[in-house]
Amino acid sequence: MSKSVLRGLRAAALTGTLVLGSTLAPAAENPIKLGVLEDQSGDFAAATIGKVHAIELAAEEINKAGGIMGRPLELVPYDTQSDNTRYQEFMRRVLQRDKVDVVFAGFSSASREAYRPIVDQFNGFAFYNNQYEGGVCDGHMIVTGAVPEQQFSTLIPYMMEKYGKNVYTLAADYNFGQISAEWVRKIVKENGGKMAGEEFIPLGVSQFSQSIQNIQKAKPDFVVTLLVGTAQASYYEQAASANVNLPMASSVNVGQGYEHKRFKPPSLKDMYVTTNYIEEIDSPRSKAFYAKFKAKFPSEPYVNQEAENSYLAVYLYKQMVERAKSTKREDIRKVIAVGDVCMDAPEGKVCIDPKSQHMSHTIYLAKVGADHSISFPKTWEDIKPYWLGDAGCDLTKKDPMAQYTPSNPPPKP
Amino acid sequence: MDIATHVFSALYQFGDAFAFLVLSACGLAVIFGMMGVINLAHGEFIMCGAYVTAATVHAGLPLPLGILAGTIISALVGVLVELAVIRHLYDRPLDTIVATWGLSLIATQGTLIMVGSTMAGVGTPFGSFQVGDYSYSIYRIVLFCAALGVLAGLYALFNWTRFGVLARATIQVPHMASALGVDTRLIYSLTFACGAGLAGLAGGLYAPTMTLVPTMGATFIMEAFVTVVIGGADVFLGTAPAGGLLAIVKSGMTSWQGQLFGQIGLLVAVIIVVRVLPKGISGFVLRERT
Repeated sequence: MSKSVLRGLRAAALTGTLVLGSTLAPAAENPIKLGVLEDQSGDFAAATIGKVHAIELAAEEINKAGGIMGRPLELVPYDTQSDNTRYQEFMRRVLQRDKVDVVFAGFSSASREAYRPIVDQFNGFAFYNNQYEGGVCDGHMIVTGAVPEQQFSTLIPYMMEKYGKNVYTLAADYNFGQISAEWVRKIVKENGGKMAGEEFIPLGVSQFSQSIQNIQKAKPDFVVTLLVGTAQASYYEQAASANVNLPMASSVNVGQGYEHKRFKPPSLKDMYVTTNYIEEIDSPRSKAFYAKFKAKFPSEPYVNQEAENSYLAVYLYKQMVERAKSTKREDIRKVIAVGDVCMDAPEGKVCIDPKSQHMSHTIYLAKVGADHSISFPKTWEDIKPYWLGDAGCDLTKKDPMAQYTPSNPPPKP
Repeated sequence: MDIATHVFSALYQFGDAFAFLVLSACGLAVIFGMMGVINLAHGEFIMCGAYVTAATVHAGLPLPLGILAGTIISALVGVLVELAVIRHLYDRPLDTIVATWGLSLIATQGTLIMVGSTMAGVGTPFGSFQVGDYSYSIYRIVLFCAALGVLAGLYALFNWTRFGVLARATIQVPHMASALGVDTRLIYSLTFACGAGLAGLAGGLYAPTMTLVPTMGATFIMEAFVTVVIGGADVFLGTAPAGGLLAIVKSGMTSWQGQLFGQIGLLVAVIIVVRVLPKGISGFVLRERT
């Protein structure tokens, strides 16, 4: 065999490996990138570390089962430190430098509104896996959390029927608390009730003696607590020790910050919460999810509704990418527009509403007992996020990239 | 009857705000007001006290002993921090800002990593009592009494004991004290430990009433600094009147317009006092006296 033939063979062998390499490599080295911007430290960390873990769990399961369209799912996580400017910084980084296909981001509504213009500007694609005050009509966003028409239009009439029509709202003083309080006001009025009072508490406040007295002065039948962050959660302990002894209703407590586990009974006695998931939900799907979660993260203090929202969001994304055969937002939105993007989540069946890109949910009414055990007096199945669509937001036709409220609805065409 | 109810309610709210301001500030009054170390890790000493208190109570100790444990452990941590970091920075007050800020970040994040994002609460003892239409927490009265007790203790410590006199001498003219045979390094250490222990005491006292999270120190730090800044250098003559003044403004504004205005009122009052009395209230009182 001449030298040149040998060289040719060697070259062929080399190219062979190269070709082999390049046919195998895309599967292993061309992952779908998912940016994870959640608060792993700071004031909101207690409620949000579980979201990151839920995304890790879902990604691990999906990758074990062969990935999305054969491509592995790669997480690009950053700790946003409960700080709105970090969200803006990291959102730019994941979209521009890491070039992720999709971002799962945000706990507080202030942080969502801080990063949303950046997602719009760089034409990104983001999931907000959190309950919130509703109204975001933005084609760049998918919201898997529950909204006021799902949480308040179930909760407030129930409470008014059971306890009376005088309502007091104690809410965190930022966009979430203000807009949620507006919803409470609206629903109380529609049901023939009266607001006994309202107080807005700056974030980070931990001393509530005066607020407790204001509530006692107003003599409401129940208190709607929309307190956010760990500092404000001090309210329950202080109200219990001053013997306020009023029923409470909330869209955020228990389901996010598991206050019933953190505080000594009976400080959360008679707290009613509407949530689409908490770990106490007693269904086979919920229990299976809880078991998988605890197997991977044995020291997780609580599996809350935002963890479930984040978990199911990964599977929804997988389904949409596989149906669209693309990770491009335009292609995925065409799939959403068909109107049948649904899945069997741990809470029950959920579907994406094409008009608002929000989700339908099973809403559980959770009641905290004197010993801080949870019971579920009522369940509403398949509650749709109808308000935005009814008010005139239709993302299948027009993308205003705006947030609306009952007092500031979408402009009539 | 009705007037009595209102008067009591106003007094209770004043006492509650006063206790929070004084207890948050007293440790800082020693470390920052007296020693001049701008301690941005003050909140983390408070957090340390609260965590140790809660942990010992969970382990079965009664609450008062838990609070004592929280105070002592914080003081010991204070000694370590003084030996390792602060001791080298007495001549560089601005550098203490950076060093203590770094310590505070390490403490917050370290607690998050090692203990987790939250700790179970211990529950507020004693229950409640009723005056007129309102019910009040008895523990809040205990906090008010504790604040008065701490102020009285500080006054006694720095005016009537040998340690107090040596501490004041050391801090005012260190080389003179040293020439007279005072072990100034030891005095500095002990004074810093005293401040850290007081912060731990505040944390222990408030632990039953609050959320226990690594960032809980941050909810004390603003009140602590403004009270010390307008109080001035003297621990007792500064903190007591500053706490009283700010508590009147804060509880009055909060009851009139809500928490947001309570905070705004507090900060406006601070700006006015600092503008009118640059050396703080104690500077003003002591100048009047001489």
